[in-house]
Amino acid sequence: MNNYALIFIIIIYLAVLFYIAFLAEKKRQSKWVNNPYVYTLSLAVYCSAWTYYGSVGIAANSGINFLPIYLGPVIAAPLWIVVLRKIIRISKQHKISSIADFISLRYGNNRFLGALVTIICLFGTLPYISLQLKAVSETFEIMSDDTSYISTAVIDDSTFYVALILAIFAAFFGTQNTDASEKHKGIIASVAFESILKLVFFLIIGAYVTFYLFNGTTAIYNQISITDNFKQLTTLSGVEDGFNWFFLIGLSFMAIFLLPRQFQVSVLENNREKHLKKAIWLFPLYLLLFNLFVIFIAWAGKLTFGSTQNAEYYSLLLPLENGNSFLATLVFLGGFSAVISMVVVSTLALSTMVSNNLVIPYGFLDKFIKNQPERNSKYIKNIRRISIFTIIISAYFFYISFSKELSLYSIGLISFVIISQLAPSFFIGLYWNRGSSKAAIIGIIVGFLIAVYTLVLPFTLRAYTGTEDFTQLGLFGISALKPYALFGIHFLSPPAHAFFWSMTFNVLSYLVFSLVSKGNYRERNYAEMFVDSKNFTTLQDSALVWKGEAYVSDIKNVLVRFLGDKRATRALKIFFTKYKLSQDTQLADARLINFSEKLLTGSIGSASAKILIASVVKEEQISLVEVLKILEESKDNIVSNKVLLEKSNQLTQLSSKLKDANEELISKDKQKDEFLDTVAHELKTPITGIRAATELLMDEEDDMPQEIKSQFLKNILQDSDRLARLIHNILDFEKLETGRLHLDMQYQDIQKTITKAISSTYQIAKKKEVQIINKNTHSFKTNYDEDRILQVLTNLLSNAIKFCLPKKGEIIVDYKLGNTCLEISVTDNGKGIPDEDHDYIFDKFYQSQDQNTRKPQGSGLGLAITKQIVEKHHGKIWAIKDIKNGARLVFTIPFK
Amino acid sequence: MKKKILIVDDEPNIVMSLEYAFKKQDFEVFIARDGSEALQILKHHIPNVVLLDIMMPNVDGYQTLTHIKKTNDFKDVKVVFLTAKNKASDIEKGIKLGADKYLTKPFSVKKIVSEILELVT
Repeated sequence: MNNYALIFIIIIYLAVLFYIAFLAEKKRQSKWVNNPYVYTLSLAVYCSAWTYYGSVGIAANSGINFLPIYLGPVIAAPLWIVVLRKIIRISKQHKISSIADFISLRYGNNRFLGALVTIICLFGTLPYISLQLKAVSETFEIMSDDTSYISTAVIDDSTFYVALILAIFAAFFGTQNTDASEKHKGIIASVAFESILKLVFFLIIGAYVTFYLFNGTTAIYNQISITDNFKQLTTLSGVEDGFNWFFLIGLSFMAIFLLPRQFQVSVLENNREKHLKKAIWLFPLYLLLFNLFVIFIAWAGKLTFGSTQNAEYYSLLLPLENGNSFLATLVFLGGFSAVISMVVVSTLALSTMVSNNLVIPYGFLDKFIKNQPERNSKYIKNIRRISIFTIIISAYFFYISFSKELSLYSIGLISFVIISQLAPSFFIGLYWNRGSSKAAIIGIIVGFLIAVYTLVLPFTLRAYTGTEDFTQLGLFGISALKPYALFGIHFLSPPAHAFFWSMTFNVLSYLVFSLVSKGNYRERNYAEMFVDSKNFTTLQDSALVWKGEAYVSDIKNVLVRFLGDKRATRALKIFFTKYKLSQDTQLADARLINFSEKLLTGSIGSASAKILIASVVKEEQISLVEVLKILEESKDNIVSNKVLLEKSNQLTQLSSKLKDANEELISKDKQKDEFLDTVAHELKTPITGIRAATELLMDEEDDMPQEIKSQFLKNILQDSDRLARLIHNILDFEKLETGRLHLDMQYQDIQKTITKAISSTYQIAKKKEVQIINKNTHSFKTNYDEDRILQVLTNLLSNAIKFCLPKKGEIIVDYKLGNTCLEISVTDNGKGIPDEDHDYIFDKFYQSQDQNTRKPQGSGLGLAITKQIVEKHHGKIWAIKDIKNGARLVFTIPFK
Repeated sequence: MKKKILIVDDEPNIVMSLEYAFKKQDFEVFIARDGSEALQILKHHIPNVVLLDIMMPNVDGYQTLTHIKKTNDFKDVKVVFLTAKNKASDIEKGIKLGADKYLTKPFSVKKIVSEILELVT
């Protein structure tokens, strides 16, 4: 066909499309635009040029392997009623504008995550778009009879202009509204129209080939079945093929949800949930019809042309071969339709992501805050338009430099594998509230890197270096790292293999990091909303417990900048009416913050909306008291909000802890009072003695005998000593008890310390004629504060001496080495410790009730101080209970 | 007839001063180191006055006083607390139990003597 005639047909066709889109935009509310059939047909954007041409190619080259890509969506369709409905509901509630928005919102409006998803989608979709352009270019070449003319310059390449026109179409109908969550009726109507065309034309060519060129299906089968390797192409050969099928079905199952264009048409452009009911059986039917003739066209082509070199374009070549250029034109237009709908919807989806999740949150926010509303919305629209053009043009250049080498099928699968990296954070996050943003980010990055290594890198290297070394030998020649046979798994096809490994690591990282790291409060709140979407309406406005200071006027200013004065005022009015608030409310509450974030989300994405609103809001951490107040105020909401319940449990625990602490304080106070009383009593006793004796000595009228005088003086001296000792001990004890004492830890010989202790008590022992035996004379070195341990030993020794009988007394000091500590004991043969005293001897001011003799001159603090010192060394001290006569006190010093 | 005083205190130095002072005033002085010793002595001697410490081992001052108060033989015995416990609540408790006087440590020996004399003449 003449080049110009072809271009003329293309232009007419495009004009028709523009007109349909234009009409649909004009009559947005019409029944013709809003019905389940349009919805279902728009879903058929799934069938791109890859389906239209590529399937035949695969069928010719590798038999029925073209099928798994359609089986995935067929399996997914019945689940839509549950899964897709949930996604649609959440998206509508939150004015989600893209899959990046959806995922980032699920993880608490995480800005980085939104950007990451956008980048993944770009990586996954750009080659895919370029693949469509390749199809246009190649079919154009086949159609035109002007074969001698081969264009090399961009400016001469018709594909470039097709790309440009598509960009204009997408930019014109895709950016009618600043709010990207608004429906694009024009585009959807044209996509639906194209879906009819491509199916009808494909069926026509199928019927033509099967029944006109050949004598029906049986005839083709009979002819093809006698050719070589026929059996191999039509059956699954063994388990390995089964695995390949399984993974490819899984891959396409995910793609039908995750591909940006599918998310756009199935979720964002969905008008009514009940349209789903029709779509779940109509869409599989559509796919079935599409695949009806694929195998026959492939066989017919094979029989006609012999070679499978150009198998992808059999549907075009067959009518041309038979001189039917009218049919060929129809086929060409059908393929062109598949290309246009795919390219337009994909670019629309991508441009929204690029503007809302990449450009605006990472650089343009400041600008918007200062701008006027009209200029803001112009800015946003321009960002999207520029994105659309950039995306399509980049795809074009990708095609020029890359995809000429590749088949439609291989690039399509690479895209699927890359996009499927979003699956764990998307699907698991939808049903599991523990999934955290950190885990999502790590999972996506890990999966993406593996996908690149096992799929993108090999073919890129091959394209550049022309050798297969990397594929054959693996990285650094390590065979476990062969990109197509990682860790020895060699029986999968490259896409299935890449999908298997990337998904395994992606899911694992996601699960592990989710369990390890808990998201922050905001994140968990959104997780709860997504997972528990049934309680959605109660959750969404009041769920976000938020405490901060914000003025309605400030928030309104932000809204005005993006929505314009009229819309902002109206929105606020509706809000106040809905919640029965006064129209001149001054302070904003959490509900208004949420409401405003949602209003803005459609225009600038959720992450940016959050940042913008936060800029006029002084957000504070919510205090427990605040939570308590909210709990009391709205008990109905608490039940549905697990986060609040968690907080309230924490609060209950905290308050009981507080109670305990308070009781402990009171008891400590009481103890302190008792301690002070005792201290006062102990101090007063010697002072009383001194005072009384002095008074008597000073009485000049009295003629006191000399020996009594000296007895009184002796008493005074004794009491003064006691007083000094007491004060010293009290200070010492206070220091220990308040933890202000710092030990001077040195590497010391315990034997030397024991010897020192014995010699310092030698005088009093001698006086009482008590014998002290140093049993273990080996030296042993460990770390302790010598002065303090000396104090402990001296205390124990003087206690032992005190309770020993004069002359008969025998005290044994011994030590042994335990596993973790040094154990030192002081044993006497005195009267022992009464059973009832065992538990109290280490208490301060506790003195035995059964001191039959005169009261020993103790301060009552000795053992209490001893205990403190030992515990400061992290050791223990106790009295052995079952000892025949006398007492044995043991303490330990742990090795360090 | 000599006045009799029983001094009950576990602090020997304090007891020694009081003993000396009361002997000077021509008292017959009995000494106990705690409540139980005091009760032993009371079995054989009925003093005019008991000078009683409160914080003592075994049987303390309160218990001793209670015992004295419920024994009919001792209805004429005056009991005076002499103690370091000087909080208002302590004093109140002592008086409620039936002590005739409540004196606190540290003390002036002269003052104690004159208080006791006041009580027994």
